[in-house]
Amino acid sequence: MTDLLEPRAIGQDLVRRDGELKVRGTATYAYETPVEHPAYAHPVQATIARGRVTAMDTAAAEALDGVLAVLTPFNAERLASTEDAEYAVLQGQDVGFRGQLIGVVVAETSELAREVADGITVRYEEQPHDAELSADRPDLYAPEQVNAGHETDTAEGDVAAAMAAAEMTLERTYSTAMYHNNPLEPHATTALWEPAGDGFLTLWDSTQGVHPDRAAVCQVFGLEQEQVRVVCPYVGGGFGSKGLPHANVMLTALAARALPGRPVKLALTRQQMFFLAGYRTPTIQRMQLAADSRGRLSAIAIDVVEQTSKVKEFAEQTGVPTRMMYASPNRRSTHRLAALDVPIPSWMRAPGECPGMFGPEVAMDELAEELGIDPIELRVRNEPEVDPETGKPWSSRNLVRCLREGAERFGWSGPRAHRDGDWLVGTGVASSVYPTMRQATSTANLRYEDGRYVAEIGAADLGTGAWTILPQITADALGVDVADVDVRIGDTRYPVASVAGGSSGTNTWGSALVVAAREFRTKFGADPRDGDEASGDVDQAGQDDTHAPYAFGAQFVEARVNADTGEVRVPRLLGVFGVGRVINPRTARSQLIGGMTMGLSMALHENSAWDPRVGQVANHDLAEYHITVNADVGEVEAHWIDEHDPYVNAMGSKGIGEIGIVGTAAAVVNAVHAATGVRVRHLPVTLDKLLTALP
Amino acid sequence: MDAEITLRVDGEAHRLTVDTRTSLLDALRERLGNTSPKKGCDHGQCGACTVLLDGDRALTCLALAVAHDGAEVTTADGLAPAGELHPVQQAFLDFDAFQCGYCTPGQVCSAVGVLAEFERGWPSHVTEDLTGRPEMSHDEVAERMSGNLCRCAAYVNITPAVQQAGGAR
Ligand code: FES
Ligand code: FES
Repeated sequence: MTDLLEPRAIGQDLVRRDGELKVRGTATYAYETPVEHPAYAHPVQATIARGRVTAMDTAAAEALDGVLAVLTPFNAERLASTEDAEYAVLQGQDVGFRGQLIGVVVAETSELAREVADGITVRYEEQPHDAELSADRPDLYAPEQVNAGHETDTAEGDVAAAMAAAEMTLERTYSTAMYHNNPLEPHATTALWEPAGDGFLTLWDSTQGVHPDRAAVCQVFGLEQEQVRVVCPYVGGGFGSKGLPHANVMLTALAARALPGRPVKLALTRQQMFFLAGYRTPTIQRMQLAADSRGRLSAIAIDVVEQTSKVKEFAEQTGVPTRMMYASPNRRSTHRLAALDVPIPSWMRAPGECPGMFGPEVAMDELAEELGIDPIELRVRNEPEVDPETGKPWSSRNLVRCLREGAERFGWSGPRAHRDGDWLVGTGVASSVYPTMRQATSTANLRYEDGRYVAEIGAADLGTGAWTILPQITADALGVDVADVDVRIGDTRYPVASVAGGSSGTNTWGSALVVAAREFRTKFGADPRDGDEASGDVDQAGQDDTHAPYAFGAQFVEARVNADTGEVRVPRLLGVFGVGRVINPRTARSQLIGGMTMGLSMALHENSAWDPRVGQVANHDLAEYHITVNADVGEVEAHWIDEHDPYVNAMGSKGIGEIGIVGTAAAVVNAVHAATGVRVRHLPVTLDKLLTALP
Repeated sequence: MDAEITLRVDGEAHRLTVDTRTSLLDALRERLGNTSPKKGCDHGQCGACTVLLDGDRALTCLALAVAHDGAEVTTADGLAPAGELHPVQQAFLDFDAFQCGYCTPGQVCSAVGVLAEFERGWPSHVTEDLTGRPEMSHDEVAERMSGNLCRCAAYVNITPAVQQAGGAR
């Protein structure tokens, strides 16, 4: 149990502190950092999917007026560590996937750098590549663990026996597509090596965590932390892809090292991001459910097949939510990977939960239909009293309340389908879940300065609202007016902070700020003097290991399908969430509706169309990789229930950045099924999958 | 090849040298240091680079600087004097019509352009009656703002913000 802060500033609907800068466009993102006399870098990418670079003809390029450096695997300096193969840029001639970085050109202007980079002739020794995922590949393997340190496989009881004995069983295969994070701000860096001595490197980098970013750079370049400063006050979105640096950051640092004293800027193009900035693996999910006639589950199982890159393993934890979501005596989850000659997958908004709540939540809808039970009722009947995976009690679990309140607000009761002229209309529901996490490292510093309280922590605001809500937390922890508090973030000059990932930012940084504030009050009382200072670590904050902490939610969708064309429109999305205490309803609502809309995007639009013959995403730009646009969105409502969870942290917050995208796509599929009778099990729901089956 | 051009940006005249390949976006960002217009795609696919070019909304990544010698450019930063906000910018704050802020200057300029288009009575793809004046309805605004992608997906806040700013005029 933690003492929850008395909410005064917490819960207030405050306008974003960085708002004015953002509506004017004067918030400076990484590439935009004003620096003296910058040089511009443009990468060279491999145009084969597997093989070796045997020669690169750079002589003509180097001789051009205005070209400052041309780095290739043949002349680039050796890095201190090549342990992480993604970061080992220009360290060898091997090509592991199409689009891999094999060079960089630095020039006086961006136009020249690009022209020269595109003009370099590369000779390759090409080898056949293997880039096609399927569930029946003989070489699928079980990784040692899956993302976030989860076990690869889990099993309890006997699923096969339960399936054989059950009154009702369901066996289905579902799949989610490949997705690219595509934050609107491309991955970009401005890098500057000081000219003298051992070097001091400054990176203005677009990152979800300046400290983790610095740690990776230090490792790769063999530098001490004091030698590197990473600055990032504003991030133009990340959704996970800027959670850890990608190879472009190392390439920019390498390019800048070749030009000491000269700031070097490199922004990936939108097209390059489809090769180099991570993505969500496609997943194939085989689901098994066994139930009695009243819908009580006796078995639930998910067997996941997905891909990784031969260059570096990333195993998405897609099967993890099935382990804890519903009660069932017999349970199984497995993950198998195909290691391919493909770009390296990575984090994308709610890794694990987002794809991993697609198959199960559609399967629950299918089971409800088979049994003739309302899908909300089916879920209610399978509420676990304790966490099925650990046996621990829930810190708070309000899924049923979310479902019931959502049903009420949405108008769930009554028929789920009707026809409106040319349009077939249906409604669907699905559950959401996201674990409540707190990272182990983060420190905040708090100082009294000219009559104001100034906190510093290397946190990140990628649109989440950290600039605004961290002062709210600090103000309540100090018992002062929020207007008297400044919180400075986004710089490694401030104390260490964890990554903005896993919806853990507020939980982690907020906890450190609360500790700092309490230390401050203990040391200096209510009447501090100028310069008084205290710090706090997250590990000094109370931590409860006896409960299973999760946020839950319920998502409702109205879908309309054109009876003649199969066109799908979604006029209404409504979500109700149990996410602990909401720090700022304005920014929280934006996070939740943003996640839900991205979930709609996943359901209807997004699909990185992979061409295994060439080993690349065919639609690698924003004209062809469709994301939801303004006219695709009708009403999107996010609500939350009043939740008081004393087990998570002093703020009572559970994290809200990711849960909004979890379950949305399943709710869309379920609504489309209600409307049309067609069950789309393979995302996205495009009209070709509906057209032939429409009544 | 280089060329010398003149641009009036946010009320100030600039004489600058550009590569004939330089886009208006790069001229603003990399030559003049005005980074209010953003680069999200460089291919006319996202709207982040939208400014008002001689009064109309335009994608600066699709415009060659050399072809706009003498042009008048207004970026989101030039819509209101320092310390003040344009009604569209104020509405974006009121409705929290953004998160990361990267699409925002483009959305704001686009919205200013959209409101002017309404005033001139321009129809859109969703206008039913082409003979009357289009109404500033949700669907009309959403349609006209759909060239501006927002990956943070603030759309349901952007549309009422634009409507409010339009009504306030
Ligand atoms: S940068 Fe111009 S439209 Fe995307
Ligand atoms: S606010 Fe982030 S892309 Fe629109």
